[in-house]
Amino acid sequence: MVLSRAMDERCLTLQRQGRIGFYAPALGQEAAQVGCALALSPDDWMFPAYRELAIALTRGATVPTIMNQLLGNSADLTKGRQMPNHFGFVDQHFVTASSPIGTQITQAVGAAMAAQRRKHSIVTVAFFGDGATSSNDFHAGLNFAGVFRTPTIFFCQNNQWAISLPREKQTRSKTLAEKADAYGFPGVVVDGLDLNAVYAAVAEARQRAVRGDGPTLIEAQVYRLGPHSTSDDPKRYRSDAEVAEWKAKDPIVRFRDQLVAAHLLDEGAEQKIWEEARAQVGAAIEECEKIPPMAGPSIFEDVFAQLTPRLEEERAEFSHRSAGGATHA
Amino acid sequence: MTELTLVQAINRGLSEAMRADPDVLVLGEDVGLNGGVFRATEGLFKEFGESRVIDTPLSETGIVGTAIGMALYGLKPVAEIQFLDFIYPAFDQIVSELAKFRYRSGGQFPCHVVIRTPYGGGIKGGLYHSQSTEAYFCHTAGLKVVIPSTPADAKGLLLTAIHDEDPVMFLEPKRIYRAVTGEVPDGDHRVPFGKARLVREGSDVSLFAYGAMVPPTVEAAETLEKEGIHAEVIDPRTLVPLDEAAIVASVEKTGRAVVVHEAARFCGFGAEIAAILAEKAFYSLKAPVARVTGYDTPFPYALEHLYLPNAETIAHAARGAVKAS
Repeated sequence: MVLSRAMDERCLTLQRQGRIGFYAPALGQEAAQVGCALALSPDDWMFPAYRELAIALTRGATVPTIMNQLLGNSADLTKGRQMPNHFGFVDQHFVTASSPIGTQITQAVGAAMAAQRRKHSIVTVAFFGDGATSSNDFHAGLNFAGVFRTPTIFFCQNNQWAISLPREKQTRSKTLAEKADAYGFPGVVVDGLDLNAVYAAVAEARQRAVRGDGPTLIEAQVYRLGPHSTSDDPKRYRSDAEVAEWKAKDPIVRFRDQLVAAHLLDEGAEQKIWEEARAQVGAAIEECEKIPPMAGPSIFEDVFAQLTPRLEEERAEFSHRSAGGATHA
Repeated sequence: MTELTLVQAINRGLSEAMRADPDVLVLGEDVGLNGGVFRATEGLFKEFGESRVIDTPLSETGIVGTAIGMALYGLKPVAEIQFLDFIYPAFDQIVSELAKFRYRSGGQFPCHVVIRTPYGGGIKGGLYHSQSTEAYFCHTAGLKVVIPSTPADAKGLLLTAIHDEDPVMFLEPKRIYRAVTGEVPDGDHRVPFGKARLVREGSDVSLFAYGAMVPPTVEAAETLEKEGIHAEVIDPRTLVPLDEAAIVASVEKTGRAVVVHEAARFCGFGAEIAAILAEKAFYSLKAPVARVTGYDTPFPYALEHLYLPNAETIAHAARGAVKAS
């Protein structure tokens, strides 16, 4: 949680300084994400949206690996092809995110159908926000999951705002979780600011799924403390008072207080955790910024497994143009 | 060899691929017990069961989205979309997701899904059971686009599609599902992508056609032959990847080109062939490249016979090209 927070805070600054092009922070959603990820197995498959930094870190993606993606350099696993935060890590079964909203939901269900076919005791998890519950793929995905009783957890982080649209204008439903009723499986609401509560809800949903009892929709109620992204100014649509009210319920502070109350943490240790996290992020930035960008002709790779004759022709044209004095490396 | 219709050849290709590889499965609307509305999946449900021949709820984005998930997990799904006209709810999944998975993940998550779908007019299907919108998919990097015109190619291209590593849009000319029969090789017959089929050799004019436009184009060539015009007919078979070399070589020989397709003319695939010829065969051209296509209107129901190209309109365009020089 602390590492995610430290990275978000530093990366927002990096974007302001023009060192990365874009950023979508997970500020305020750390307990929901860490609680969820801890309840899952390494074999489970994640189908994230683009605001899952703490999921990625908890799954074992390292700070430099993520930093390389934010920078889009030649060490980026996604080869500099996507905006920051759209990372993916095959080793962590963390599928590379896209920008369209909700599309990963049906994909998570399909992967779960494949796991059923292979008789693998795993679950797939679709991550999305409150806005995505209006998308085509949310309804198609939940419907397919209900029909085929797939081992899928639909993990909705209701952060109250879909860019500028508040939760109550997204749907007339009282809760997002109750939408699962229509598809014939349980939907549960959980306090997404409470790591332990989220852990328990996800662990239970996971057990149900691997038992063969089908999917669960979990609505983790959180708050997007930051902007939608660095391209957004939330002051245009929400009040400082509202943000302050939620800031007072900071999930990291809450978990810290629980640990302190249980004598598992003291002030010195907490200080050290923050310092280490910030140092780790700082060191990663320093190292990763030294890594050069991808070579120009790499844009032709991975369109298909092999270059088609047309792409070969375009690559040759590109290289010829580059050799003529343009700046492609 | 076995004599089959085009739709039987597709059925044969599917069942043989499924027998050979337990990871191959079929999903779509009415594909199970009903065997598909065109019977392309007939018998598969009985042989392979409901876990491999999956009747899905009525949602194209659900079909393609789940197929993508299955492919990411390692299976080889063949999704059926009942008509190309109904594919648009899945357009986001195809264009934003399927086509880009390999690229956007830096090669970490290749995504090999075959999407089979009947397309094209001539069956009194009106606006929504007739369209030829292959150009949308050709315009999206990352998709292969395949259109067979014979039973042998239907099976051979389908098996290649199923064994490929990339997403394949497999468009089936439903008008000739049963109108065309032909000898189909038994067993693992594969037709490579990116290799055009020389349907008929000629020296005066090159006619380029695919799918259900191949039979009327051949008929036009036979008519022209009687008039002393030797028309060459080439079926590209795969629009992506395209056998540009075969197209250019043919026009270098004949000096004249007529492109035929059902789709609307503006920004249709014929425009790409015309542009390739302008770029790579300009000095061989003796006449302007002609296009015989559907009109830039929605697809009409009662007057579809006037909308679609036919042997006479194709022959007329070819005569015009020959007369122009």
